[in-house]
Amino acid sequence: MSDISSHRGSSSLLVADARTKRRNAAEARFRSYGVAAIAIALIALVTLLISIFGNGASAFRQTFVTVPITLPAETLDPSGNRDPAEMAKVTTIGYGNVLKAGVTAAVREAGVVPEGMADSDIAGILSQEAPAQLRAMVLENPELIGTTVETHVLAHGRIDGFFKGRVTMESAQRDSNVTPERLQLAQAMTEKGLMSSGFNWGFVTMPDASDQRPEAAGLGVAILGSLFMMFVVVLLSLPIGVAASVYLEEFAPKNRWTDVIEVNISNLAAVPSIVFGILGLAIFINFAHLPQSAPIVGGLVLTLMTLPRIIIPARAALRAVPPSIRDAALGVGASRMQTVFHHVLPLAAPGILTGMIIGLAQALGETAPLLLIGMVAFVRDYPGGLFDPASALPVQVYNWTQRSDPAFVERASGAIIVLLVFLICMNAIAIILRRRFERRW
Amino acid sequence: MNDMRIAERDVSTSETKIAARGVQVHYGTTHALKDVDIDILNGNVTAFIGPSGCGKSTFLRCLNRMNDTIAAAKVTGSIKLDGEDIYDAKVDPVQLRAKVGMVFQKPNPFPKSIYDNVAYGPKIHGLTRSKAELDNVVETSLKKAALWNEVKDRLHSPGTGLSGGQQQRLCIARAVATSPEVLLMDEPCSALDPIATAQVEELIDELRGQFAVVIVTHSMQQAARVSQKTAFFHLGNLVEFGETGQIFTNPRDPRTESYISGRIG
Repeated sequence: MSDISSHRGSSSLLVADARTKRRNAAEARFRSYGVAAIAIALIALVTLLISIFGNGASAFRQTFVTVPITLPAETLDPSGNRDPAEMAKVTTIGYGNVLKAGVTAAVREAGVVPEGMADSDIAGILSQEAPAQLRAMVLENPELIGTTVETHVLAHGRIDGFFKGRVTMESAQRDSNVTPERLQLAQAMTEKGLMSSGFNWGFVTMPDASDQRPEAAGLGVAILGSLFMMFVVVLLSLPIGVAASVYLEEFAPKNRWTDVIEVNISNLAAVPSIVFGILGLAIFINFAHLPQSAPIVGGLVLTLMTLPRIIIPARAALRAVPPSIRDAALGVGASRMQTVFHHVLPLAAPGILTGMIIGLAQALGETAPLLLIGMVAFVRDYPGGLFDPASALPVQVYNWTQRSDPAFVERASGAIIVLLVFLICMNAIAIILRRRFERRW
Repeated sequence: MNDMRIAERDVSTSETKIAARGVQVHYGTTHALKDVDIDILNGNVTAFIGPSGCGKSTFLRCLNRMNDTIAAAKVTGSIKLDGEDIYDAKVDPVQLRAKVGMVFQKPNPFPKSIYDNVAYGPKIHGLTRSKAELDNVVETSLKKAALWNEVKDRLHSPGTGLSGGQQQRLCIARAVATSPEVLLMDEPCSALDPIATAQVEELIDELRGQFAVVIVTHSMQQAARVSQKTAFFHLGNLVEFGETGQIFTNPRDPRTESYISGRIG
């Protein structure tokens, strides 16, 4: 008679037999693989964050020149009637001269100018954007004309780079945009309090700027454009996505047609996003003649791209609602629609919302389709609505990484930080909404 | 089977509530129910017994058209409630289910408060005109389900927080809140412990005064304890239908005898 217990090696429970040891070793190995995998992921994440924040954090600080400037009425308002339309005829060249004179006088007076430095050279510490800043300030507030005002304008990008360690005396020797004298002047001005660095609100409010003035480049237009697009995406994809998934999951008959639709939704979720860009270009711009670079088109394209990515998790969430709840509702005589809207949908809502927010986050970070519908254009005017040209955050990042001036490296990383902040906010909203819905039970 | 208490054997009325004739159910290619004729009497508890997969639950679900929710299920034959064919094209299953309430195998309260669970049926059917009236319906339903004393102080706490037996009684309260004429129970005690089972059985006995009760059960003892009429199903056939006392003490069909004595099933 063969006894199965005779196959057991050791009979004592205190001594592990070979088989048990092998099993335990296998489990220990598997656990260490898991720990290693998580460690690799964490290291990658930390490296990514360090490199982004290391490069991008400085974009939120900017060097400013603060000097008293006298605003002569004869050059800035030749007609003398303080009429904004008349005053607007004075261009930034006029303001540039005023600024140049003011700054030169101020630094000469402070006695910080290195020996032998020409007046024309001194003004080079200012950003090319500075005259425009002064002009905007005066046009907004015409009473300033004829007085001397403490003016706060951007320093040149190379000066800013000097304080951030990007520009050195040696590199300035070879640089046509800056001279070592200007750097010495900047150093001396800082000691006298004429130059300082502060939080750069302009980075999140100002529009993009040209290659020559990285110090003035901001994300204002891109943020607005992205917000407008997300508005369109939420407005369209939430109702359409939820309606489609509820219909398919709860009402549609299970036949060949719904199978075809189901397969196609899964396929659409896997279609490369640039294909949606081509589709958007062909349909919304070439056929429907919607304006190029407009958030409405971007929003529509992103809606198309996001819909399958919302429908799939929404259907999964609906499927996860226990059938006993449907039975219970139908059993007391609820109609199918009452069953869905009173019981199934509220239970599936956290899952649907999570899928929705993840879909939106993907849409927010999507670049490729926007390139095709013209959102890559250089836009300096703030969009006033859905049909005005705008940029978008990820496209702005793409744009800035292509610029030659090294100052744009920090701008691009800074823009990524802003994008990440938006994504974190959206995830936080998702978590809060989930909690809200779940707290009901 | 000496412990079997065959209590009230009197069939108190002969008024037919539901008359089923030649009912056949197909699930796709499976013939799940073959030619069932049965009369459910008012004021009685009718038990359906039989081994797993014999079609007793399928037949129960035909009685309030819950099989409509299964796309592959096809029901033929006639089932008349008070003389009206419930499978007539003009019948709205929603109205039918308000008249024919159902309690399921697993307690399935809505993830809402105890009050909302019971009030849901009356609300969607517009049975009450005021909040006070609704409160009243909730209270009487919970009392009918012998749950009122246990939950009256926490009507607004979640129904899912109750114990299994309490949840099942809550589901019964929810079913009786719409004042149905027939109450269908699909193995209502299979997920409950013996004490909760005893409570629910007691409840069933009380409820039969107001509705026709149909109960599907795996437990022959339970069928014997609570029902006046018993139907034995086997492999989709209705083998025998008669008064409970007769089925358990003097079955006519050899298959019924084999089942109740534990030889098949």
